[in-house]
Amino acid sequence: MQLVLSEDQELLAKTAADFAAERSPLARVRALRDASDPIGFSRPLWKEMAELGWVGIPFPEAYGGAGMGVSELAVVLEALGRVLAPEPFLSCVVLGGQALLRAGSDAQKKEWLPRLAAGDALLALAHQEKGSRYDLQRIDTRARRQGDGYALTGEKIAVLDGAAADAFVVAARTSGNAADAAGISLFLVPAKAPGVRAVRQWRVDSRNAAVVTFANAQGALLGREGEGLGVLEEVVDLATAALCAEMLGSMSEAFARTLHYLKNRMQFGVPIGSFQGLKHRAAWMFTEIELCRSAVMGAVRALDAGDADARKLVSLAKAKCSETAILVANEAIQMHGGIGMTDEHEIGFFLKRARVAELTFGDAAWHRARWARLCGY
Amino acid sequence: MADLEAFRGEVQRWLAANAPASLKGYTFGDDGDANWGGKKATYAVPELKQWLDVMASRGWTAPTWPKEYGGGGLSSEEAKVLRQEIAAQKLPPALIGFGLEMIGPTLLRYGTDAQKRQHIPSIVRGEIRWCQGYSEPDSGSDLASLKTRAERQGDHFVVNGTKVWTSYGDKSDWIFALVRTDPTAKKQDGITFLLIDMSTQGVSVRPIKLISGKSPFCETRFDDVRVPVTNVVSEINAGWSVAKALLGFERNMIADTFGASRGGSSERRGSRLANLGRRHGLGEESGPLTDPVLRDEIARCEIDERAFGLTIQRSRDAAKAGHQPGPESSIFKLYGTELNMRRTALCVRIAGPQGLGWEGPGYDDEELDLTRQWLRARGNSIEGGTSEVQLNIIAKRVLGLPD
Repeated sequence: MQLVLSEDQELLAKTAADFAAERSPLARVRALRDASDPIGFSRPLWKEMAELGWVGIPFPEAYGGAGMGVSELAVVLEALGRVLAPEPFLSCVVLGGQALLRAGSDAQKKEWLPRLAAGDALLALAHQEKGSRYDLQRIDTRARRQGDGYALTGEKIAVLDGAAADAFVVAARTSGNAADAAGISLFLVPAKAPGVRAVRQWRVDSRNAAVVTFANAQGALLGREGEGLGVLEEVVDLATAALCAEMLGSMSEAFARTLHYLKNRMQFGVPIGSFQGLKHRAAWMFTEIELCRSAVMGAVRALDAGDADARKLVSLAKAKCSETAILVANEAIQMHGGIGMTDEHEIGFFLKRARVAELTFGDAAWHRARWARLCGY
Repeated sequence: MADLEAFRGEVQRWLAANAPASLKGYTFGDDGDANWGGKKATYAVPELKQWLDVMASRGWTAPTWPKEYGGGGLSSEEAKVLRQEIAAQKLPPALIGFGLEMIGPTLLRYGTDAQKRQHIPSIVRGEIRWCQGYSEPDSGSDLASLKTRAERQGDHFVVNGTKVWTSYGDKSDWIFALVRTDPTAKKQDGITFLLIDMSTQGVSVRPIKLISGKSPFCETRFDDVRVPVTNVVSEINAGWSVAKALLGFERNMIADTFGASRGGSSERRGSRLANLGRRHGLGEESGPLTDPVLRDEIARCEIDERAFGLTIQRSRDAAKAGHQPGPESSIFKLYGTELNMRRTALCVRIAGPQGLGWEGPGYDDEELDLTRQWLRARGNSIEGGTSEVQLNIIAKRVLGLPD
């Protein structure tokens, strides 16, 4: 595995950075928040991203995708992370889309994936429940056979972009008890199906998440009954690595803005960046961000190559990025001083997103524990 | 690629014929016992000397150095193959030292042809051991303020002053030293890089006992020591840029020591830290460790080591792809040493009551070594430029923060 961007990836990074700067200033995120926008992102911009080929990156060409990997997706997400763009990559392209790609029948894939890659349909993954925290197998939503299909009953929380999805990939129990590894199956449930209700949640980063309840809702089985957990683990690992790439972009930008402030804010007649008490902290932040960059590159390449080490590297990346994102966001506020506490200034948006990202798919301590488990201790 | 595989075959055949079989799996007690070479060298077993000599005969102790000066003349890819094959045979390094890592590369870049002919072959063969004369009692982090004087008298300099923290000065044959040749110039501009034979009259060395109880560092005094002017590397009063280049080689060496060797594939053979814990009552032969806090700290340490290893790899891959060295390389000395300090302190805490021993009875060699390594490591963030100096360098050179 080579930890260096290929020429094509460099080009993609440049295109994405230019697009982010031109089309997605942070003012856009603020406007979506202030308007209490019901979906929290822009459908027209999502369509543009699809036309650039980004939405289809990790799908085979046969289903309208680009046939590339999470390494390429990471390059785009890092650029979008710099401007905190809220478009539904994690939910639709990775969680929902990759679950369907891995578990779905050819007919199901043909029905959904080309429209998804074109930016015309949105899928979300409904797996988390109250009290399940980051444990993927703690699932109490039940599915029982009913005619040709299944009827699902239960409540899912924190369904990313659940208030905009056209259909849900739902993890539900076809047998066993709430914490069992066996007995978990995946289902495809249209958002408009009777018995499905999605209610927008409002979180500190203003992005789209929803509580989705299923009351005897009709679902079609994805893959084989009882074999859902493996797919769930795989797609959440992919999404975790993709989120780390986004976090890398956000922390790099928060750091760049802070560095700019250190060089320009005058106190005691000098730039505050001349004070050693701030310089050393800035140098430590830089060091930690460099390690995050290596960790993200390592994780996405290992996933694309199918390395035996990939799961460990995902936990490594999430542990590093979670801590560094919070470190950088906290320091960014502190070094901006009073102005950093105001809503008028943009730096606070980075803190809010950093906290949500930290607590999505497992925080640093949770991933260190997973690392230890995967290493056999 | 085919050439490289042919070379690998050649290395394998050569090692099978020439490497002493008894050295397979041989490990040195600590750094100080390794093959450093030099006139005062001692060898725990005679095969170590034999191993040095056969490797030196092919120039493979310095595989990438030019053949005309006794080096191996290998490409960096071939040198990597050689390292891999030596590692695969579990053979110890044939030769290490500041000649190979610091003064050799410096002379190859800045030395005259005569200097290269005089010094490079003897470094390759491990005949001369070098030490570093940089710091002084009053010049630590502020290295450029150094006061050791070198006054010109015809075709010689007369050197007077004191150097401190000269690693293994008592075991070395030559010293590369920074001396002041123009006391009136701006401090960086009056410094000369000088090679000094330590057997010259007026050189004296006193080992310094450290908190670990060992004495790897010395104080080196110069009293009217006469050094030929031909021993100047680069120009008179131009020593500061040579010194900085050498510090770059030194920081690479430190990064190699603390980064490249760890965090790579080591955990695939099981976590060494977790296994240490199991031997000290932190759990059964398998399953989770019983102390969740130490378990978390072990994971944190391993994760940071692996992330650091990936950063070194990223830097090398970028260099191979033809990119200029990126800003990531500036963190190697800082982060590598801080990591080693954390690891050695963590080991002592994992060993618990067995991690406190100074000497027997009641402690085995491994446990006593943990204590020594922890104490020795406290110096990692001081030697070769303190962590604070590294942070200053990153803030200024990489981040562009104002003075």
